[in-house]
Amino acid sequence: MKPFTRLVARAAPLPRANIDTDQILPKQFLKTVEREGLARGLFYDFRFDGQGRPRPDFVLNQPRYEEAGILIAGDNFGCGSSREHAPWALMDFGLRCVIAPGFAEIFYNNCFQNGLLPVVLPAGEVQALTREVLDSDRPMTVDLEAQTVTSPSGRVLRFDIDADRRQKMLEGLDAIDETLVLAAAIEAYERDHEPRPAGTP
Amino acid sequence: MPGRTLYDKIWDSHVVAPAGADGGGDEMLLYIDLHLIHEVTTPQAFAGLKAAGRRVRRPDRTLAVADHNVPTEGQALGLEAVADDEARLQLRTLYRNAGAAGIELFPMGDVRNGIVHVVGPEQGRSQPGMTIVCGDSHTSTHGAFGALALGIGTSEVEHVLATQTLRQKKSRTLRVSLEGTPAPGVGAKDLALAVIGEIGAAGGTGHVIEFSGSAVRALSMEGRMTLCNLAIEAGARAGLVAPDETTFAYLRGRPAAPAGAAWDAALARWSGFRSDPDAVFDREVVIDAAEIAPLVTWGLSPEDVIAVTGRVPDPAGFADPAKRASAERALEYMGLAPGQPIAGVGVDVVFIGSCTNSRIEDFRAAAAILEGRRVAPHVRALAVPGSGLVKAQAEAEGLDAIFRAAGFEWREPGCSMCIAMNPDQLKPAERCASTSNRNFEGRQGRGGRTHLMSPVMAAAAAVAGRIADVREFGR
Ligand code: SF4
Repeated sequence: MKPFTRLVARAAPLPRANIDTDQILPKQFLKTVEREGLARGLFYDFRFDGQGRPRPDFVLNQPRYEEAGILIAGDNFGCGSSREHAPWALMDFGLRCVIAPGFAEIFYNNCFQNGLLPVVLPAGEVQALTREVLDSDRPMTVDLEAQTVTSPSGRVLRFDIDADRRQKMLEGLDAIDETLVLAAAIEAYERDHEPRPAGTP
Repeated sequence: MPGRTLYDKIWDSHVVAPAGADGGGDEMLLYIDLHLIHEVTTPQAFAGLKAAGRRVRRPDRTLAVADHNVPTEGQALGLEAVADDEARLQLRTLYRNAGAAGIELFPMGDVRNGIVHVVGPEQGRSQPGMTIVCGDSHTSTHGAFGALALGIGTSEVEHVLATQTLRQKKSRTLRVSLEGTPAPGVGAKDLALAVIGEIGAAGGTGHVIEFSGSAVRALSMEGRMTLCNLAIEAGARAGLVAPDETTFAYLRGRPAAPAGAAWDAALARWSGFRSDPDAVFDREVVIDAAEIAPLVTWGLSPEDVIAVTGRVPDPAGFADPAKRASAERALEYMGLAPGQPIAGVGVDVVFIGSCTNSRIEDFRAAAAILEGRRVAPHVRALAVPGSGLVKAQAEAEGLDAIFRAAGFEWREPGCSMCIAMNPDQLKPAERCASTSNRNFEGRQGRGGRTHLMSPVMAAAAAVAGRIADVREFGR
């Protein structure tokens, strides 16, 4: 996993609630057996019309957000299907951080598996940030070490994040490697709970 | 010390070790009893294992099915029936990966194959007190057995394949009590939609919901599965129903259920998986089940739900500006006007299927409405059983004949138009009465308009050619 420490980037506003993972990456892009190359499907139906032509009014199609590294979204972002293809697509597109008033749980969890930082801020703050990035061409800073977001105008907002998750993201640790350190405990659990007839808890 | 909830008990019995950084924190390593896999969310996980030189730790605790991508016609041809090259490659990749790891696989066309959340219970694999995971959000379905059933992402699929454990933090608990006797025409789907309408699509975030109350105890296992299936649409991490005689009767004699002395031992163990009377939940919600009418969604989130006798809300009435904006967008997308009665809205397609409502009782209930009636001439109607075994059972009971005579297409099992990854899709602006679980924009096909409802309501809509109150179809 890519470590995440500090990001200075332009933020793109997408102030809609309940953006589900099928809107983030529609189902026709799920047939791949690869992780890469999903950027082409990101927000496909927002970015393109029925004929596959870009919709100029969609935020990520606007030249000023071409290099955006941060997305500012509405509440319950990432609800719906558990597809990890959604965070893969966001990252493949160049986004490394999503700021929203709330995230759906499976999506939130999937972000941490991939080095995509989900930042939860109160709804009022998210609205204020949305207004600021609409009015300003200056970048924002997201500092995971300090747990702060610095708005284009320089306001510093603190965010909460679970200490374990923060640490792993800062270091880019591989969860499986870490778990395998506990292999003896897994074996002991299996010994204590088995042999049992197949299919029983 | 207060008693423990059902969730606490399952949790406590599966903790392997604290798993936080330096052994601190509250992240735990949980042992996983059953891992269900399908073609869409696993190829990258197996590729990851291979790249790291790791093996599947417990193929015997893993079961593979082919469901999301499969066509619902011609399955006897095997992969040849899959016209889409990418879908075929994805299915073939699953077959190869399962074969190489020694994981049991029900391939397409096998009578035991079907939607992963229909197959697990049907085979008796999903049992009380277990931890069950699958790379699919509706894994919550298996909570109907009093199992902690969690939807996970592909990285976690890889983690479970490699270690048979999952890193988890404990959720908060929410008890939703549904009390009273639902009115005729009101079923598990309506109870579930009522819960989502009450607490909201994000209302269960951070929580595991335990469903209780007399209306839940009165539900069959299939009804409980419908209820727990939709827990995820309320934002919950999982849904649970405490196991009881209904659960045990359902499991008895299933292929993977214990038998003989092992059955008695299992019963004794399973009976302990219930919340203690003095257990304390972080939150409680009580809903009067007798007050619930047959429900229909009008918008783009399952929380956008109204009684079939109700009217489409006016966005101007929403105080929260974000809610108002999304309601406006939803009405535009759905082609509905504020204040319009929902009954009478014409439908083009009817879909009875998905892991929410594709079990035998769903088809029995819908057939009771359809018998001796015809689908409206302009309506395309699809019935897609949840598994080959459901299909066979329905055919043994003559239900397929009722569906066919009414004008339904009687299909082979799979996710089908629930997710529209196979050829079963809505066209832009087509309106569908659907028994599935998500009315999200484009879910059933780009531009398609979905109204979620119960199987009997979908059957009534098929006959009327419009959204209709099933209570007017009584016999
Ligand atoms: S039927 Fe629909 S919700 Fe259920 S597993 Fe298949 S795609 Fe997912």
